Amino acid sequence: MWSLFHKLGSPRPFYEISDRLLPILGCLTVIFLSVGTIWALGFAPPDYQQGESVRIMYVHVPSAIVAQSSYMIMAIAGAVFLIWRIKIADIALQCAAPIGASLTLLALATGAIWGKPTWGAWWVWDARLTSTLILFFLFIGVIVLRSAKEGSEAVGRATATLAVVGLVNLPVIKFSVDWWFTLHQSSSFSLTEKPSMPVEMWLPLVVMVAGFYLFFFYVWIFSVRTEILKREYRSQWVRFIHDV
Amino acid sequence: MLETIRRDLLLHFRKPADILNPLAFFVLIISLFPFGVGPSASILSEISAGVIWVAALLTTLFSIDMMFKSDYEDGTLEQIVLGKESLLLVVYGKVFAQWLVGGLMITLMSPLFGMMFYVNNDGIFATALALMLATPTMTLLGSIGAALTLGLNKGGVLISILVLPLYLPVLILGVAMIDSAIVGDDYVGHVFWLAAILVVSTGFAPLATELGIRISLSE
Repeated sequence: MWSLFHKLGSPRPFYEISDRLLPILGCLTVIFLSVGTIWALGFAPPDYQQGESVRIMYVHVPSAIVAQSSYMIMAIAGAVFLIWRIKIADIALQCAAPIGASLTLLALATGAIWGKPTWGAWWVWDARLTSTLILFFLFIGVIVLRSAKEGSEAVGRATATLAVVGLVNLPVIKFSVDWWFTLHQSSSFSLTEKPSMPVEMWLPLVVMVAGFYLFFFYVWIFSVRTEILKREYRSQWVRFIHDV
Repeated sequence: MLETIRRDLLLHFRKPADILNPLAFFVLIISLFPFGVGPSASILSEISAGVIWVAALLTTLFSIDMMFKSDYEDGTLEQIVLGKESLLLVVYGKVFAQWLVGGLMITLMSPLFGMMFYVNNDGIFATALALMLATPTMTLLGSIGAALTLGLNKGGVLISILVLPLYLPVLILGVAMIDSAIVGDDYVGHVFWLAAILVVSTGFAPLATELGIRISLSE
């Protein structure tokens, strides 16, 4: 087990292992997302109050969930980089940030589109919306700091520190915002309780959430591979693999 | 640590503009609001807490940029890191000195603006108390941003983007505290929350700042 981690920590084995993994991941992403989308848009029942607009949930909820997870993943990559100085963790952090930011933006946009017919406003200063917006700003901070100096290790470590500080702060921000104002309904899902939705509605949602996770990992690993090539293009093995 | 505080204060007082510019900035931001929203007493007293807080946040960010900058540029910071005294204690000293000339001044000036915004006495007292508890937190969190962006020449804007989201809890709690004081509610809970955040950030933020300084110097 440990040797696998050690292997994945250095660029070349990671590149080679992910080369085999990526097509499988891509196929699974396509399958899950298309099954989920068709099921959610075509067959899931409309809500008795919200009508057809409830279908936006099948994009909104997964993107919000995966956006939050991707901050978590990014910050863990940052911690790994700070503690063990594994180069690939820096690359992983750098690549996770834009994906996370895009998913956060998607969650905000779909939320606004859904909010207009349901709450009567595009934007409400509600706790969950606001903390998602703050999450977006945290992602922006990481992206901006990381791009201040391309490829510099010191900036990578500074960014990792920022990501970890942000992770420590996130619960406090979430708490204070929750306490500030709440209009949003409570979580759609929790691990411990039975969902309040009927099975025909939450099953496609689960498929969509899984699809979004797969999508995140696919794009993430893909961009990590690209970044490895960008940073290591001078090394022997890259020339060997790509025959240049 | 005391030596650091003494040295930093001396540096600040030798260049009074460094202290006075942020305070002038603070005064200006606040004074612009009545022009923006009109001189009506009811509106002004309603928005007073938010205005004073946002101005305090911006002022802190405005001055935090310079916190390590000159020491970094003339090599003093490197000597401090190489020197005998622990960098962590130096960070505590610098943050404290920075707060004395920044946050504390803002706190002391706040009653004046409370009056200009027609806030009642309870509200004025709560504003000062909230700022007293929260401005050190702002300086502490800001010092992390200042340390992380040291080696990069676009520090100022970058610090705001990095640090402002982290300021949200103190902003929310502080403004809520003042608002409940103005309407005569009990606000002990808010005081405890702000104090708790201050204690936690006093304990942990300088560690991140220290790490940030080391990282920036390793470049």
